[in-house]
Amino acid sequence: MVPMIYVSWKAGERMPILNFRRRPQNELERGGRSRARVDQTDPETTCPNCHRSMPVSSVWANKNVCPGCGHHYRTGARQRIRFLADEGSFQEMFSDIVSEDPLKFPGYTRKLAVVGAASNENEAVVCGTAAIGGQKCCLFVMEPQFMMGSMGAAVGERITRLFEYAAEGGLPVVGFTVSGGARMQEGLFSLMQMAKTSGAVLRHSEKGLLYLTVLTSPTTGGVTASFAMEGDIILAEPGATIGFAGARVVEQTTRKPLPKGFQTAESMLEHGFVDAIVPRNRQRKVIAGILRLHTGGVK
Amino acid sequence: MNRTAYDSVKTARGNDRPTGLDYIKEIFSEFFELHGDRRFADDPAVVGGIARLSGRPVTVIAIEKGHTVKERAARFFGAPGPEGYRKALRLMKQAEKFGRPVICFVDTSGAYCGVGAEERGQGQAIAENLMTMMGLSVPVIAVLIGEGGSGGALALAVADRVWMLENAIYSVISPEGCASILWKDAGKAGEAAACLKLTAQDAKAFGFAEEIISEEQLGQQPFYAELRRKLAEETEILLNTPDLKEKRYERFRAFGRSSL
Ligand SMILES: [Zn+2]
Repeated sequence: MVPMIYVSWKAGERMPILNFRRRPQNELERGGRSRARVDQTDPETTCPNCHRSMPVSSVWANKNVCPGCGHHYRTGARQRIRFLADEGSFQEMFSDIVSEDPLKFPGYTRKLAVVGAASNENEAVVCGTAAIGGQKCCLFVMEPQFMMGSMGAAVGERITRLFEYAAEGGLPVVGFTVSGGARMQEGLFSLMQMAKTSGAVLRHSEKGLLYLTVLTSPTTGGVTASFAMEGDIILAEPGATIGFAGARVVEQTTRKPLPKGFQTAESMLEHGFVDAIVPRNRQRKVIAGILRLHTGGVK
Repeated sequence: MNRTAYDSVKTARGNDRPTGLDYIKEIFSEFFELHGDRRFADDPAVVGGIARLSGRPVTVIAIEKGHTVKERAARFFGAPGPEGYRKALRLMKQAEKFGRPVICFVDTSGAYCGVGAEERGQGQAIAENLMTMMGLSVPVIAVLIGEGGSGGALALAVADRVWMLENAIYSVISPEGCASILWKDAGKAGEAAACLKLTAQDAKAFGFAEEIISEEQLGQQPFYAELRRKLAEETEILLNTPDLKEKRYERFRAFGRSSL
């Protein structure tokens, strides 16, 4: 199987190219392989931002960030968890909750099977508990390879249960968002997850507990308009596309060229909708620091 | 009943249908409109204020599409921007302060799509409404009178009771949008509408709406009188319901849970 990488997604740009960090399929892939194999699985990649060519392994070693220009490649949930959580600390929860096909929507069941096999995930979010710099928290990370992180009933249910669990156990929640929005194939079941997750965020918040979100590219639609924007502290990755309506839709509707930097993390910072832009290689340290600052309060 | 889902879509979008302001004028008395979000602007796509419902003071919020071409343009075709949602939010918090029930009339193809709306946080405005409405201590009833377009409609419909007019629709995406994504052909909107299960009858069957309001006498005095009676009755019931906030949470908590 040819490994693939995801390059950054912007309106009109092609999405998947190579995904070089799919999860190992068997012992051979997991274990050390011969030099020849490494060469075969270490093709050149061209950075979509600076157009430099480099071996995939050099990008991978830099947390999926271009060593030349700092471009943040799209990254899967499992890999983010490896970057972020203390080694061996992540314990997955609610992985048995998977999508059904409540509307009997044409082609949806088949699509779920295909996407599941390709992404090696069974839903568009991975939830659990973890320690970040020794700080225990609940963690959810959305998965771009599973229907572009779209939110159906299973995603909403997993996130809701995570917040309920965190509220019960007095834990902060850290969440990484990447999503094209609500999942069309589940109709109103998807839409209602926006209200459901918002209710769970509120209950967690009312206990005086911290919720920190990191918006990664792209975070749009119904996820932006619900739990992504409900964090006490909202961070974003450099260059991330963040918005509600899709940029192409806005352009078609307004029939005017979009302003430079429209719907980027940088413009969101400028307009006051994110607290800080934190590059991937600093996220672990920054998040651990923020979590530490929220311990030992008077509440 | 040979009406298709797309017939409902067309009816729900009809220009001659009563709009939010018609409902306010015909159902409530002493309506006093309150303007502005106290942040940036006053969004003409959202009308809100205080009024009496069969004698009881309530807060009423409606998305207004307008009737004539001129009115429709002036109301941004009933597509609220962040200022509209923030105005609604302000009025709902005010309702909570004074213990007034909130009645919302929802009719939008979706939240306003534009550069300014994005830059002023359309997504954040909707998110804040969802979270705040989940926590309101006063009763909320939402009536979908025409189009219930995705998050832009939900931002005024996190309610204890959701009612839909017979031909109102409620959908996560427009049938045209769905068809262009699915089949690269917006012309197949009719098929998409059927797949999306967006009619009032579907919404009720799945539990997203509690009641369907008959359109037999739509826009006539008996229609408004009956809706007034029902709203007053339901408001009374909700005001006497203990743990309203918990029940609202459970209402939404249940969606997508049973099958999982
Ligand atoms: Zn680069």
